[in-house]
Amino acid sequence: MNDIWAGLLAAFQLVVTLDADLVEITLRSLQVSVTALVIASALALPFGTWLAIRRFRFRRATIATLNALMGLPPVVVGLIVYLLLSRSGPFGVLGLLFTPTAMIIAQVIIITPLIASITHQAMRELWAEYHDLLISLNTTNRQRVMTLIWDGRRALLTGALAGFGRAIGEVGAIMIVGGNIDHATRVLTTAIALETGKGDFALALGLGFVLIALALVVNFAIHTLSRTERHSTW
Amino acid sequence: MVDQTPAVSLKDMRVKKRRKTILGPIDLDLAATGFTIVLGPNGAGKTTLLKVLHGVERISSGTVKWSLPVNDAQLEQAYVFQRPIMLRRTVRQNLAYPLELLGLAKSEITTKVEQWADRVGLRDLLEQPAPRLSGGEKQKVALARALIRTPSVLFLDEPCANLDGRSVRDIEAVLQSVSAQGTRIVMTTHDLGQARRLASDVVFLSQGQLHEQGPAPQIFVDPKQPKTLAFFQGEIVE
Repeated sequence: MNDIWAGLLAAFQLVVTLDADLVEITLRSLQVSVTALVIASALALPFGTWLAIRRFRFRRATIATLNALMGLPPVVVGLIVYLLLSRSGPFGVLGLLFTPTAMIIAQVIIITPLIASITHQAMRELWAEYHDLLISLNTTNRQRVMTLIWDGRRALLTGALAGFGRAIGEVGAIMIVGGNIDHATRVLTTAIALETGKGDFALALGLGFVLIALALVVNFAIHTLSRTERHSTW
Repeated sequence: MVDQTPAVSLKDMRVKKRRKTILGPIDLDLAATGFTIVLGPNGAGKTTLLKVLHGVERISSGTVKWSLPVNDAQLEQAYVFQRPIMLRRTVRQNLAYPLELLGLAKSEITTKVEQWADRVGLRDLLEQPAPRLSGGEKQKVALARALIRTPSVLFLDEPCANLDGRSVRDIEAVLQSVSAQGTRIVMTTHDLGQARRLASDVVFLSQGQLHEQGPAPQIFVDPKQPKTLAFFQGEIVE
């Protein structure tokens, strides 16, 4: 119990004094996860919306696969990305293994199905509401997708924030493809795992608090957006 | 003087759903101008006929021929639904939407939106969220949004159902005005009084069949079909 209190005290000092290592690791975590979120959103939002409005032969199978991919084990994703980027792999020539870029690739693969699936659910309802009007106005598929994304942006933002939550808390895949290299690929989650292993609970707890704070900020943002939706009818 | 050139011709047109014919066979010519009211009991196929004319309902057999090429004809049409569909945007943005699809300049869009808002009495509500409006106000938004592209043909599916008297009067005034300016209107309604006030010609449907069609003064005074007469006399018609 004393260890925990001592750790909490040390963690508090690290956070209050803006410890250089802590700041560096936190900023890298944000950089990797935000970049992954932007890329994943750019792929998943139009795809999920397109899936809501288009009817094609393997649509149900595609949706089922997408939902199944939400549960992709991050360690397996990390392993596959590792094999693809390793020197003997097909993309080894790019030299991306053990770089933040490799971590971003792994996170994009993990969160894209999640955002696409949430987008599909939200857009399906909105499409049911708008269907007759948009058909009647002779809109193109692109115009339909853009209209739905714009009018459903609050629900989509919630989906994107859920993706961010998953990305920032992910450890298995980025540990494998990033290597947890100090001053290069170390992020909050991998650093917590390392410091815990070393017995440096103060830094591990400090990093943990920062991670919790980021998660709280994300949840607060989701809550605020949800409340906005309740107060507004759109 | 009503232009009798057919804008659209339906020949032996049928619509089937789950192997059951729900509309047709129908042969129908609609002139390029005028105010057609489609009357009939519930389930007669009025909405389906309107959707077929608008090109959003697939026909199972027969032909629907517009005097314009299909794509041009669809661009020249607008449709107002019984339950108005509001985009989750302000009234101004709802009115601007069809013009944005056409790629018009912002200044032109603003001018047209404000003109139409004035015309249907929505000027004070332009910045309000459209989904929060009352039923009558929503229907006015839907009507103005349909008319803002100045369509040649306007389809209305019971636009005044469940609206209060004042809203009905406002909407009818707009419809009469645009009809007088040459917009072809085809509208379904249950309200015989409204049909008498607005129609230049009437199409009477029952059980998916076209029972009678003709100029309004003649049909209302001297309907040829017993079913039409029974409907006008307020009897229950299937």
